[in-house]
Order: sequence, then C-alpha cells, then structure tokens
Amino acid sequence: MTIAENPADFRREVEAIAAQYPESRSAVLPALRIAQERHGGWLPPEAFEEVGDALGLTPAYCKGVATFYDMFHLAPVGRKLLEVCTNICCGLRGAQDVLDAFERELGVAPGETTSDGEFTLRAVECIGGCGWPTVVAIDDRHRLSVSAADVPEILKELRDE
Amino acid sequence: MSDVLVLAGADERDLTQLDEYRAVGGYAQVERARGLEPPAIIEELNTANLRGRGGAFFSTGTKMKFIPSQEQNPKPHYVCVNADESEPGTFKDREIMNRVPHRLIEGSLIAAHAIDSQHVFIYIRGEYLDAFESLRAALDQVRDAELLGGVTVVLHRGAGAYICGEESGLLESLEGKRGQARSRPPFPAVSGLYASPTLINNVETIATIPKILELGGTEYAKIGAPPDSTGTRLFCVSGNVVKGGNFELPMGISMREVIYDLAGGIPDGHSLKAVIPGGSSMPILTADQIDVPLDHDALRALDTFLGAAAVIVIDERACMVQLGLRVAQFYMHESCGKCTPCREGTRWMVQILEAVEAGEATHSQLDLLLDVCDRILGKCLCPLGDAAAMPVASYVVKFRDEFRAHIDHGGCPFGGESSLDGLFAPVDQHTHHPVLEEGVPA
Repeated sequence: MTIAENPADFRREVEAIAAQYPESRSAVLPALRIAQERHGGWLPPEAFEEVGDALGLTPAYCKGVATFYDMFHLAPVGRKLLEVCTNICCGLRGAQDVLDAFERELGVAPGETTSDGEFTLRAVECIGGCGWPTVVAIDDRHRLSVSAADVPEILKELRDE
Repeated sequence: MSDVLVLAGADERDLTQLDEYRAVGGYAQVERARGLEPPAIIEELNTANLRGRGGAFFSTGTKMKFIPSQEQNPKPHYVCVNADESEPGTFKDREIMNRVPHRLIEGSLIAAHAIDSQHVFIYIRGEYLDAFESLRAALDQVRDAELLGGVTVVLHRGAGAYICGEESGLLESLEGKRGQARSRPPFPAVSGLYASPTLINNVETIATIPKILELGGTEYAKIGAPPDSTGTRLFCVSGNVVKGGNFELPMGISMREVIYDLAGGIPDGHSLKAVIPGGSSMPILTADQIDVPLDHDALRALDTFLGAAAVIVIDERACMVQLGLRVAQFYMHESCGKCTPCREGTRWMVQILEAVEAGEATHSQLDLLLDVCDRILGKCLCPLGDAAAMPVASYVVKFRDEFRAHIDHGGCPFGGESSLDGLFAPVDQHTHHPVLEEGVPA
C-alpha cells in the first residue's frame, strides 16, 4: 500500500517508532526507510513531505538528512538492487572482475538500471564481509565469496524468482 | 582455559537462543552486577584493563568514570553501543551480533548499571540487516523473559555512512541529523545523546564485559599481553590469504602466526608484500615486519596501531599507488564535509594519486602528497581525516621507490597486471561533493 492511499497508517507506524525515543526527530532515519520501501525503493519528492508531516519536520530537513546517507536513493531504482563491494579487501581478490561480469551480463554501468526496470547495479564501499570476498548485496542480503563465474547463475536465479 | 571469550560456546551451541545462552551461564553476570554498587563494576573493568575494541583502545572503566552521577547531572544517562562497524577490513562486530547477540545485550545491561542508566541504544550499521535481525530476535526473548530489569533497549539502524561509526557522528545520526562530527569538548560523557551524559562503546568491548565479571578482572588481566593489551581480540583477516575470517585469540600473537597459521598463508605461490594491521586507516607494515606481536605497544613502536584488529594481507601483485588511491577515494567519499582539511585534503590526495598512477606527476608532487597528509593529520574535529592521511603517507614512505617508478616510467610499472588494476570506486554515483574540476596542483 502506498503512503498516499493510507497516510494515517504511515503516520501511525512512524509515531510508534518515534515513541521509542526521547525526541521524535530520532525517528527520521527509520521513517525515511519505511517511506523508501513504500515508494518502490527510492524517495520521490513527496516522500519528504510525508516523513516531515509525520514527524513535525520540514520536507527540506528530511531531504537534507536523506542526501547524507548512502542507502537512501533519490532516483528510481530497479526492482532488485545489486551492490558489489569494490573496496580494497574485495578488490585484492577480484571484485573488479565481478563488477565487470555484472556490467557485461546486464548491459549497464554502475549506477544504472536495466531498461526493463529489473536491476539496478551499484558499486559500493565496504559492506563488512571482507574475509569472504567478493561480497555482493542483493536487496540488503549479502552473498559471500562471489566470483565472476558465479554472476550468470546469480542473475538467472534472480530472474526466475 | 580456552582462548575464546567473546565467542565462547558459539561453536558448540546456538547461542542466539536465550535458553542455550543461559545454559552457559548467560545473564548470570548481569544479575550479579545488579547486586553490586556501580563503582565495584568499574573497578573490576579497570583491574582487567579493558580497552576500547573499536580502535581507539581507550580505557573502558575510565570512560565510565567520566560519567557524572545522577546527583551531579539529573538528566537521563544513556548507553550507546557503537555497532556501526564500517572500517574496510573489519567484520568482527557483525559476527558477535550474529552469533552471540545475548552476550552483547548482557554486556549492555551491565554497562547501564555501571553508569546508573535506564536507556540503551544500539546503533547498528544499516548494511547489517542480518545483525539487526539477530539482535531483534534476541531482544524479544530477553524482553519476554523479563531480564531487562527496567532498562529500555532500542535498536537503531543506520543508513550507510562510515562517519556514523565515529562517536560524535553516531550521536548526531541517532538524534535524526546528518552524521557530521561534533566539536569536543564537551565529550559525550558530559554532553552526549540529547545533551545528556552518554557512554559510547564498541560492540566487542561491551560483549567482553560479561566474561570479565565471570573470570574476575585479575584473571582476565593475565590473558593476552599484559599490562596494556589484556584479553582477546577478534582478528578479522582478509586479503590475499587462503582462509579469511574472524579468529579470536589473546592479544600478543604474532602477525606471522595470524597470516600463516590461522589464515593458511598466501595462496597460489604468491609472496607477502605488505600487511595492514588494524583496518584501512592504519599505517602499513612491510613483509619484514611481520614478527611483531599484535599488541598495542609493539605496534606503536612500529608507528602503527592495532586499531580494530583488521588484518589485510597484500601480496606482490598489488600496486601500492593503486592501493593508496582506492583508500583515499574511500575516505573522500565518506568525509562528512565539515572540516576543510579532511573535505578538501582527501580530494587533493585523490587527484595527486590519480596523476601518479597515470604517470603524469612530478617527483615534487610526492612531497606535496605527504604535505597534504600532514596538513590533515590532527587538524580535524574527528579522526576521519587522519584515517585517510596516515595510511597513504605510510605507503609513500615505505614504498617510495614504487611511487617514483610510476613517475620515471610514465605510468604504472605493473602494466595493467596489478591485482587492483582499474578498481572502480563509487565516488561518482552518490557523491556528497562533486570532485573539483580543476587540475592537479603542481
């Protein structure tokens, strides 16, 4: 359900989270996260108004916070988000080959979405699985020890879901 | 006695389950602690000489002593657990949260009692969805079993910002702001979360507390490399090794043992070139320095730090200019933008390193690079700038011939064969500040 369809529901959910904190502003990150989920993985301009309304903040404030954090998306993303770590620990073990394989298979560059709207490919900084390179996050679930040869199989699996 | 303390029991039992954790003595220590006066707990931690496992190695008991009493400051007191582990090479806190979440919760409750606090916030890295779910499930069990003793524990997920692992950035973020570093003083102990007295400690530090109370500070202090580096660490081993992962061992084990005995050495007949001892922000060690014991004092003598105990092993295929560039790109991306030396300096570092890698730099620009590093070091509100300057300066100093070869050769001497060749940095996808267009300073 979108926020516009039931704004009271969104507001109740955000208020319940805000009640955990001495100051309701602390709920801005969780509220932005919920708004992003309801808007299909990104934060359109109206999301900042919805979050601001729920927490008594201005839309500009909410956008100012969102732009600071890497996990908030200010442009539409694909139905699935593929994020390849290219920091040094994965890099030493072939992360670039993994990223290249995703680019080749999907026909997009990092930061781009496939034309069918299915996948957004990103390169990301270290996501904390350094002992098992290369780490690939698929909608926030991490796959460890991914090699370039695994990429076609991973994409097939995701397409079949 | 087993060497494993923080992860004790996790190989034999599913310690994510409350009854399993209680079967190995779980939550007995918080019960005992609640019968003690707070100063007695702090004394025990001081006897153990527990130091911060997040990287700064500051005395945990001393930090607790900085917190004023309720009489001195009647505002609510807060415990913040820093679970925003983001330093490249570090993945120990994630394992603690995933495998022994109850030990972290028990440690948090003991810390709360020690500073007379009723409120715990655990700030979990946004990318660690698994760790969040593990802690949430554990917390539900503890709540149902009514073990919280009136303390509220709130799990707060971050949203992707390295700077929020820095304590003042974390506090800003937890207050619902951009995670920019704060000016100190006042320190969090005096004016932290919501301008109230706040204790902030790393996950591993907090998860060590129950074991210290169980063993007693005196016994704990015999483990590791006393008097300064007592106890165990979770060493996170990554890079060019046969078997990466977390290994919990007493401090004082040698780097050689970690690389060759625990991690199985370097695969495919390659040779050790360098190793980073504590995470990507730490100065590098060369292959001839690996007999160093992994304790605070021994690494200080080599001008580096144990940091978050993240050991990144690098074999001979890596170009050190490319390594420096990728590290500088990371810190440029993660700089919060508040302090000029860090915000601008990291960009200058990237530009100069790009020129060196492309063979377009002059020898004097290597000195300029060191000068830029020097103008960042110690000149910012938080250590992020230092985290960029320290490692990169160490690469230039220790591998100067390789840097010079790029300039003399008119390009990378690896000729496209470096293990880090062409590594893409996500600086342009979501950059907070566009990279300056002007050229490299001469």
